[in-house]
Amino acid sequence: MTMTSSATADESTVPATPPGRSTRAARPPLALLVPAVVTAALALLPLGYLGVRAFDHGVGEVVDVLWRDRTLRLVLRSLGLAAAVTAAALVVGVSLAWLTTRAWLPGRRTWAVLASLPLAVPSYVAAYAWVAAFPRIPSFVGALLVLTLCCYPYVLLPVAAALQRADPALEEVSAALGRGRLSTFLTVTLAQVRAAAAAGALLVALYVLSDFGAVAILRFDAFTRVIYASYRSSFDGVTAAVLGSVLVLVTVAIVAAEGRSRGRAQQARIGAGAPRRGAPVRLGTVGTAGALAWCALVVGLGIGVPLASLGYWLARGSSAGLQLGELAIAAGATVIVSALGALATTLLAVPVGVLAARYRGSGVRLVEQAAYAGHALPGIVVALSLVFFAVRFAYPIYQQVPLLVIAYAVLFLPAAVGAVRASVALSPPVLEEVARSLGRRPLQVLRDVTLPVAGPGVAAGAALVFLTCMKELPATLLLRPTGMETLATELWGQTQVGAYAAAAPYAAALVLLAAVPTYLLSRQSGGEVRPVGTAGRGVRAAEPHVGGAGR
Amino acid sequence: MSTLLVRGLEKAYGSGRDTVPVLRGVNLEVPAGSLTAVLGPSGCGKTTLLRVIAGFESADIGVLSLDGRVVSAPGTHVAPERRRVGVVPQEGALFPHLTVAGNVGFGLSRASRRGGRVGEVLDLVGLRGFGDRMPHELSGGQQQRVALARALAPGPALVLLDEPFAALDTGLRAMVREEVRRALRAAGATAVLVTHDQEEALSVADQVAVLSRGRIAQAAAPARLYREPVDLDVATFVGDAVVLDAVACGRHADTPLGRLPLRGAVPSGPGRAVLRPEQVQLVRPGSGVAAVVTGTTFYGHDAVVRLRIPGPGDDIDVAARRQGAPEGLQAGDAVGLLVHGEASFFPQPAAGVR
Repeated sequence: MTMTSSATADESTVPATPPGRSTRAARPPLALLVPAVVTAALALLPLGYLGVRAFDHGVGEVVDVLWRDRTLRLVLRSLGLAAAVTAAALVVGVSLAWLTTRAWLPGRRTWAVLASLPLAVPSYVAAYAWVAAFPRIPSFVGALLVLTLCCYPYVLLPVAAALQRADPALEEVSAALGRGRLSTFLTVTLAQVRAAAAAGALLVALYVLSDFGAVAILRFDAFTRVIYASYRSSFDGVTAAVLGSVLVLVTVAIVAAEGRSRGRAQQARIGAGAPRRGAPVRLGTVGTAGALAWCALVVGLGIGVPLASLGYWLARGSSAGLQLGELAIAAGATVIVSALGALATTLLAVPVGVLAARYRGSGVRLVEQAAYAGHALPGIVVALSLVFFAVRFAYPIYQQVPLLVIAYAVLFLPAAVGAVRASVALSPPVLEEVARSLGRRPLQVLRDVTLPVAGPGVAAGAALVFLTCMKELPATLLLRPTGMETLATELWGQTQVGAYAAAAPYAAALVLLAAVPTYLLSRQSGGEVRPVGTAGRGVRAAEPHVGGAGR
Repeated sequence: MSTLLVRGLEKAYGSGRDTVPVLRGVNLEVPAGSLTAVLGPSGCGKTTLLRVIAGFESADIGVLSLDGRVVSAPGTHVAPERRRVGVVPQEGALFPHLTVAGNVGFGLSRASRRGGRVGEVLDLVGLRGFGDRMPHELSGGQQQRVALARALAPGPALVLLDEPFAALDTGLRAMVREEVRRALRAAGATAVLVTHDQEEALSVADQVAVLSRGRIAQAAAPARLYREPVDLDVATFVGDAVVLDAVACGRHADTPLGRLPLRGAVPSGPGRAVLRPEQVQLVRPGSGVAAVVTGTTFYGHDAVVRLRIPGPGDDIDVAARRQGAPEGLQAGDAVGLLVHGEASFFPQPAAGVR
C-alpha cells in the first residue's frame, strides 16, 4: 500500500516543508487509481478512435467530406431541428410549469403529474406511435412534434422546481411598487427561473442532437440518421467517422455552454428555511378555460396520441395472433444484456466515483471528466467507433456481447459514476478513518465500510443503468450479436418494414419498462416535481438518461 | 499500555507560498495509563495534532513514538491500521450499517469476536445487552460510549478522543464524561483528549497540555496549570484571571492592589502580575484598596463581581469571585479589596500582548 510508505529521498534529506507534502496521506491508493484510469481510458476510447479513424485516408479526405454541400446542409438541418425543438420545449415547459405551480387551476396536481409523464415514453417509441397513426406526417413536422413532446419535461421539471423555490415575496414587492401582473411576470418571475430554464433548454438541445431512433423512424435526415446511413452504405466508414466527429464537436460545444450557464445559476436568498407559498394567481373564467385547454392539448398529444395509437395497433396485432414467443425471447435477451451492461458499468464506475468523492487534485478531476465523456457522445457515434475499433483490433468480440456491454458502459458511465460519487460523498470520511485506526487496510475499508454505507445509492444507480440499457437503441442496433434481437431492435426492425401491428407489443413493453424508473424517481422525491436544477453535479449528469435512452 | 512521546512535531498545510504552518514544534509526553487533555482555542491545531498521531496525516518533521516504537519520523510513516491507536471522533461516527456489536467487533479478529470481547467492552462502558441495536436507535451519549468501546476493544496502545462531548447537551455531558473517564481508567488505557473546553480539560484529565500557536505552551497537572501558569497566554486562557501592571522586586511585586507576594523568584523589573478572582476578597469600604463595583454576574454556585480601582492614570478593572449570590452589591457601591495568596509574575510582555 502506498500509505505504509517508507523513505523517499526528499523527505530524509530536506528538512524544510516541501510543497505538496501535506497531501501525501491523501494520495489515492494505486488499487483504486489504476482501475479508475482504466475506466477513464475506456470511456475515451470511442472518442479517440473516432478521430483516428476520420483521418484514415489523410487530411484531404476529411476536408473533402467537410466541404461537401451536403455536410453543411446537414449541420444546419440538425441545428435547425435542435433550435426549433428547444424553443418549442421552452414555451411548453415554462408555461406548464407556471400553470401547475402558480396559477389557480382545477386539478393542478393531477396536471403536474400528467405533464411529466412523457418522460416515460422513449422518443423512438413515440415516433413509432405517431408514424403508425399518421403515416404521411411530414418528416420535419413529425420530428419537431415528437421530440418537443418527449423533451419539454426537461424544461418543465427544473422550472417548476425553481418556481416552487422562488420567494413569492419578490413578486409581492414588485406589485407593491406598482408593477402590473404581466410586467411582474416578465421582469421578476422569469428572471428567477431563467437559470433553470437555460439548463433545461441545453439538455433538450443535447438530446435532440444525439437522438437517433425518433429522427430515423420519422425519416428526418438529421446527423445521426445520415451517419447510420453512410455507415451502412460504405465499407471504409471515413465519411461516417468524419460526420460523427463533427457531431461530437457540436455536442461538446453545447455541453460546455451548459457548464458555463450552470456556473452562473446562482439565486441569492437571505435567510434560511423554505420560502412561503404564494397565493395562486386567479386567471378568470376565460383564462382558466384557455389554460385547461392548453394543458389538455399538450397532455393529449404527448401521452394520449401515443397511447391511443399503441392501443389500436396492439388490438389489431393481437387479433391477428400475438407472437408471444418472440416477445419473450427478445425480452429475455434484453434483460440479459442490460443486466450485464449495468453490472459492468457499475463495476467500472465504482473506482471513479470513490476517487471523485474522496480525493482531490487535477489528475482525479481529469479521470472523472473522462468518465463523463459518454454524456456528450451520441449512442450512434459510440457504437460506430466501437465497430471500427473491434473490426481492426478486437475482431473476436466484434458483434459479440462484450462489445455491446462496453458500449453500454461508455454511454451510461455518467449516470453510474454520478450515483456512486453522490452516495459515497454522503457517507462521512471519518468512518473510513476510524476503520483504518481499527486495523483495516485501504481496500478493506472500501469493501467493509465505504461501499456498504454507499450501497443503496450505488444499487439505485445500477438499477437506473439497467433500465436505461433496456431502452437503448442505436448502440444495440449496431453492436448486438448476429441473430440476437432486443425489444428495441425488434421495434426498430418491424417499424422499418411498416409492420406496425407486429411492433406494438415491443413498444408497449418498452413503455412499461421506461415507466418504472420514472415512477420510482417521482416517489423518491415525495410526489413533488424533481428539483433538477439544484441537484448535485453527479445527479445532474444522470438526468438526460432518465427518461429517454431512445436516442 | 504505552507512553506516547512527541518530539519536535511540525506540520503545515498547503504548498509553496500558500503554506500555512499548523504545528510548529510540538513536544509532549503522555505517561502510560494516564489521560492527557490537549486544550486550545479553535484553530490552534489540536485536531491536526490528533490526526497526525493517529496517522491520518503525515508529519513534516518530528518524531512520534509509542512505547519506544517509532511510528512517525522523517522517512517513516506507519499507516493508521498498524499503529494500534484507537480513535473516538466527534459525534461517535458509528458505522451506520452495522449493529452495536458489529461496530465494537470491527477491529477484532474473528476469534476474539467470538471469544466474548465485545460483551466485555460493552460492559466496561455500561451498555451490556445493547449489542443488537442499530446506531440510530441509540441516544447521543450511548453512541459516544459505543464509539469508545469500539476504540478500546482491540486493546490499543493509545486512545484519541476528538472533542467527544461537544455534541452532547450540557446536562448529559458531565455524566458521559464521568462514564468515559471511568471506562478509560478501568481499561488502563493511555488516552489523549482534545478539547476547547477548559472546564472539561481541568476536570477530567491527569495532565493538561495547552496548545497555543502550534506549540505546547505548558503541560502539567490541572491544579498546577491553574495555579502556576508559565506565561500570560496560559494564565488568561485557563480560568479567569486578574491581570495587573506590576514591578517586581525580589519575591514581591508592586501592583495597583498593593505589594503582593510572588510565587518563586523572578528577575526584577516591570511586567504583569496575575491573580485568580477567588484570591480577591471584598471588605468594607475604608479597609484594603478602595474600589467601585461596576457590575455582577451570578453563576449559581458563585458570582463574579467586576470592580474598578480609580487610579492616577487609567482606571484598573479587576474581578472578584464570591460564594453564592452577590446580594447587597450594586453598581456604584464603594468597597475595599484584600488579596490572599501569591501572584504569578510575568516579565515585560512583548508589545501587543495584553
